[in-house]
Amino acid sequence: MVPRLFHARPRGVHPDDRKALSAAMPVETLPLPSILRVSMAQHLGAPATPVVKKGEAVRRGQRIGAASGFISAHVHAPTSGTVKAVQDAPTLSGPPAPAVDIEPDGEDAWTDLQPCPAWRNTPAAALVERIAEAGVVGMGGAGFPTHVKLQPPPEKHIDTLIINGAECEPYLTADYRLMLEDPQRIWTGACIIAHVLGVERVRIAIEDNKPDAIAAMAGVVREFKGDAAVVSLETLYPQGAEKQQIRALLGREVPSGGLPMDVGALVENVATACAVHDAVLTGQPLIERIVTVTGTPVQRPKNVRARIGTCFNDLAGFCGGLKGAAKLIAGGPMMGLAQPSLDGAVTKTASGVLALASEECTAFESLPCIGCGRCIAACPAGLVPAELSLYLEAEDYEAAAACHVMDCIECGCCAYVCPARRPMVQHMRRGKAWAAARSRSR
Amino acid sequence: MVIGGAGLVCGAALAFAARFLAVHEDPRIEKVLDILPGANCGGCAYAGCADYARAIVVDNAPINLCAPGGQEVIDRLAAFLGVASQTRERNVAIVLCGGDDEHAGRKFDYNGIADCAAAHAVAGGDKQCVFGCLGYGTCARVCPVGAIEITPQRIARVHPDVCIGCGACVDACPRHLIRLVPAERRIHVLCSSKDKGPRVKEVCTVGCIGCTRCTRLAENEAIRMDGALAVVDYSKDLESEAVIEKCPTRCIVKR
Ligand code: SF4
Ligand code: SF4
Ligand code: SF4
Repeated sequence: MVPRLFHARPRGVHPDDRKALSAAMPVETLPLPSILRVSMAQHLGAPATPVVKKGEAVRRGQRIGAASGFISAHVHAPTSGTVKAVQDAPTLSGPPAPAVDIEPDGEDAWTDLQPCPAWRNTPAAALVERIAEAGVVGMGGAGFPTHVKLQPPPEKHIDTLIINGAECEPYLTADYRLMLEDPQRIWTGACIIAHVLGVERVRIAIEDNKPDAIAAMAGVVREFKGDAAVVSLETLYPQGAEKQQIRALLGREVPSGGLPMDVGALVENVATACAVHDAVLTGQPLIERIVTVTGTPVQRPKNVRARIGTCFNDLAGFCGGLKGAAKLIAGGPMMGLAQPSLDGAVTKTASGVLALASEECTAFESLPCIGCGRCIAACPAGLVPAELSLYLEAEDYEAAAACHVMDCIECGCCAYVCPARRPMVQHMRRGKAWAAARSRSR
Repeated sequence: MVIGGAGLVCGAALAFAARFLAVHEDPRIEKVLDILPGANCGGCAYAGCADYARAIVVDNAPINLCAPGGQEVIDRLAAFLGVASQTRERNVAIVLCGGDDEHAGRKFDYNGIADCAAAHAVAGGDKQCVFGCLGYGTCARVCPVGAIEITPQRIARVHPDVCIGCGACVDACPRHLIRLVPAERRIHVLCSSKDKGPRVKEVCTVGCIGCTRCTRLAENEAIRMDGALAVVDYSKDLESEAVIEKCPTRCIVKR
């Protein structure tokens, strides 16, 4: 095994953040669309199994997909209506997965909810159960089921909870608006998570380019008795990445192949904290989220509160439509998933829909590595992307695994700085897929 | 000095060991290995030619498993080993998709890694038809004899006279489009789409639309429907070329 590089300072890049397009837009709620397509694969792990049939009537918040394994999550009806179809549909990342199409009946009638206002006197296991029941997953991007994260093995001692409000992806402002408009909900959610884990120390991490969000969160944290603080992070992409954030905040390095809990930390995104609040205090499952619809082709960029399953087309229409869009991305420009059309639908992890005009996306050809070393200086994971990409190009997966391809967080910094325009992240993903398949077969 | 001495001692020990511990191999293994073509393709399901040679001599493995060697090698092996010659059914690969760039559309400009598996992982591939050949030549790169051509219209096509039937391409294709079929079967339905007719028509002009006409024209029920897709049953004789002429989208071909 080749050792990983250790940089004294955090590494990353400074892309133009372009947040001004939508940052000032208060969150608007999208009226119920005519159809909702709810994917069963919105989280990391096994897709949920549909538990409703075509023609069935469902109520808002009713479970329509059941978790199908330890790492999986339930899926719920975003509104009341009729199931129009249960069929495979392409996911945002491509490969098809089961999806449930629901035609809203306009009533938006809730199923029976079980609120739990006395959470402070409720045992942790019961709260975790509620969070699992509500289908809460990490809403920052990866979609790791939250209830799994909240049950660390007993030998792992977690001492710090980090609530992640960095939102380091350019263009996206969904978490920013949430922090400005609903800091109390985030904070209560954070307190519930802290209570479940029994941790005393809570840190809310926000990049220093969002001073008003820092102020808003500091306002609610002030009333807390334990050791809680809002910490401003240097604006640097990818400060929102778990391991990078732990390092910046606590000075602890997550070991190669390890998890944050190995160094006593747990990171949850601000929107996830909000979902935990809802799951416990009101019993509401995760059926909506804030989506930033932005980019120069979008006529009126907005932050939209949309039901899970809302078609991107409906979102674009709500924002005045698109003019001259050449490229569509679900998520942000650095880590988002390119989309062939606006047919995709909002998932629990879809923080944004970004459109780019043709002059903003150059058609390029990728060239051989010129050995400039810029990617090495940029890689926040301390990898040597140039070497990795050469191995992966030659399909020498063994060598790539020995150079820690599994520690790549797919942040895209290497591709961003590469003057030869090499498809670095695609290489890394292939290498990671290979290494994951190998460890499964062992 | 010390190291040199140690080296000498070890060398002597090795020479001694080689002499007295040598495995006495059946000398026929060497001869059989000479007859095999040495392609080491693994098509016989053994770990290369030497492994197969040993299996023939020691385990009485069948002698008709070598694809590159063909009938000539089988005959020579039979003569050398003094057993009856056997015949070999020659299998060749076929790519069951005919929708090249002239007939089937792309849904976006892909400019990532030129590899089908990599392209398939980006939004399900750049082809409108989610079943069709992507044409980035992953199969062609694994073929040990260069039997697969990627045409200028970006579709993979196997040259049956060159193909040795090793099956490497079958495993490499992320769309599972390649099958090994008996070489004497010449008529194929060049489509693998599980979509229904109207959808197929939207994305490809040479796809199977599931009209079932060919199933009625083919003798021996040699073409059957699998959902909305006509599938050739390669275990049955199929000679009638009427199926080719009567297919409305011309997705049945003779190769
Ligand atoms: S994508 Fe992976 S290799 Fe490239 S900079 Fe990010 S962590 Fe490093
Ligand atoms: S790789 Fe495929 S085309 Fe090439 S020889 Fe083997 S079976 Fe035939
Ligand atoms: S047959 Fe499969 S592997 Fe070969 S070019 Fe087509 S999609 Fe790629």
